[in-house]
Amino acid sequence: MSRVLEVRDLRVSFPGPDHRRFYPVDGVTFSLERGKTMALVGESGSGKSLTSLALLQLVPSPGRIETGSVIRMGETDVLALRGEALRRIRGRRVGVIFQDPMTSLNPVFTVGDQIIEGILAHFKMPRATARERALHLLQEVGIPDPSGRLKAYPHQLSGGMRQRVMIAIALSAEPEILVADEPTTALDVTVQAQILEVLDRLQESRGMAVLLITHDLGIVAGRADRVAVMYAGQIVEEAPTARLFANPSHPYTQGLFASVPRIKGPLRRLNPIGGSIPAPTAWPSGCRFRPRCPKAFDKSELEPPLLMVEPDHQMRCWLAEEPQRSSHAVNEAIG
Amino acid sequence: MRPVLDALAAAWHHPQGRIGAFILLIVAVTAIVGPWLLPDPLSQPDILIGSTPPGLGHPFGTDQLNRDILSRVVTGARVSLGVALLAVALSMTLGAAVGLVSGYLGGVVDAVLMRLVDGALAIPRLFILLLVLAVWERVPVLALILLIGATGWFATSRIVRAEVLRLREEAYVRAAEALGARRRRIIFRHLLPNVVGPLLVTATLAVGDVILLEAGLSFLGLGIQPPMPSWGGMILESKEVLVSAPWAGIFPGLAIVITVLSANLFGDALRDAVDPRSA
Repeated sequence: MSRVLEVRDLRVSFPGPDHRRFYPVDGVTFSLERGKTMALVGESGSGKSLTSLALLQLVPSPGRIETGSVIRMGETDVLALRGEALRRIRGRRVGVIFQDPMTSLNPVFTVGDQIIEGILAHFKMPRATARERALHLLQEVGIPDPSGRLKAYPHQLSGGMRQRVMIAIALSAEPEILVADEPTTALDVTVQAQILEVLDRLQESRGMAVLLITHDLGIVAGRADRVAVMYAGQIVEEAPTARLFANPSHPYTQGLFASVPRIKGPLRRLNPIGGSIPAPTAWPSGCRFRPRCPKAFDKSELEPPLLMVEPDHQMRCWLAEEPQRSSHAVNEAIG
Repeated sequence: MRPVLDALAAAWHHPQGRIGAFILLIVAVTAIVGPWLLPDPLSQPDILIGSTPPGLGHPFGTDQLNRDILSRVVTGARVSLGVALLAVALSMTLGAAVGLVSGYLGGVVDAVLMRLVDGALAIPRLFILLLVLAVWERVPVLALILLIGATGWFATSRIVRAEVLRLREEAYVRAAEALGARRRRIIFRHLLPNVVGPLLVTATLAVGDVILLEAGLSFLGLGIQPPMPSWGGMILESKEVLVSAPWAGIFPGLAIVITVLSANLFGDALRDAVDPRSA
């Protein structure tokens, strides 16, 4: 078991009103093992995408990664890298698949050009060889008639095909880590399954570690080895997938599960979480979920650290200290 | 190059764009072909007669030196358009380069470049040109082109920069960065093709401006030097015979008005095509 990625105390800040900085990502810690999948789950605005951009120092200006944050890939201290050294790890150590394949491909170049661009950014080789590789990549992601598609422009492809092209591009420099930022959100349900299948297959054959960013608990189950639930810039619960699904403990995680309709089991009214995630400029003091939490109690006014629920399962909620109250709460939530 | 072709096609479908393009084409063809078909603009068949009014032999008449005004206007078109196109090409290259670098790199580079541009924009262009051109007794054409070109890119760089600031946030630019694409490549492959549209609009409108500017400089004696015919220079020379031979000044004046007007008509149509919001 070797760690390919370690993120510790990652904080990303943006300048806000009154010259104060605010922190959309505020102290995120997790790590990724070779060949494993970690899912970052959360609502829009929880900071999960920004976390993934920070991995490659791609935080859009005027945002910045605060000192004290640590991002290590093997022996490499990513946050110490600048310029050419930084460019060399982008795409090479970490490949990124973005959410929307419609806008992530440049409309004025052919698919082939864009894959070849990725290969030539990291490997010195004749263009013809890069072309061969591009062809091979298109085959690998399951695109029919790859040599014809190489010459196609993005607008000539369907959404699913474009996302396959994005995957081919992300894999063009053979990264050891693949960041998939909501890879199926913009796609039809039927196509979603195909794309996920492609991702699973490639992860298997290449032994890549995958950071899967999603708001969809359904695609986490049976795919991720670990799950981290993000809320308001922090990881609020983290555990191996099976353990988290069996025993969701943070009230926010419980709320997420209660918001998803179930096919099996007794018919039950959906119970969505009331309200919406606060803006990063106005995060509540104490527990950040407190204003929306049905189980908030007096201690919630203090900011909770990550506390142990059971071995290898932590959450950022004071209920972890009070098993009575907690298990009662779980029973109530699951019904 | 698709966006450029699309914009040109859209401008052609615009009535005023089509009129502008049509007249510009005629002017351009005349400028290229005309001088070969017409008498030498420098020949003075009978200098003692002086100017003759428009007639069969000389449709636009002759000037006070008995030179054929039609061939002078046509040759002047070659000079004026040539100077304008070269100067604008230089301006656009400089403006695009500064705008791309400034907008994409941002930070200190951007701040320094844009403050310099602010400074340059605060000085009237004509003032800089007069100051420098006064150095020469006879201004070389190359110097004229370079100077007009070098003083015409400031506003262009701001337009390009603004466009780049928007494009920089596009998902495919971020995707290219995440892929480890080199800066040079992002600038030339992902940003440049997308600023060509606005650049084309700016260039077309700048052609009109530069023709006027060159005519103005030539009129002041600081532009194209006689005996090479230029529209501004012809008007300057016609000053002495304004009453006795008004045609000597009217025809080059009309040439300026028509050319600049059609360049602006076409430029406006092009702008509507590239950016429908400004319509």
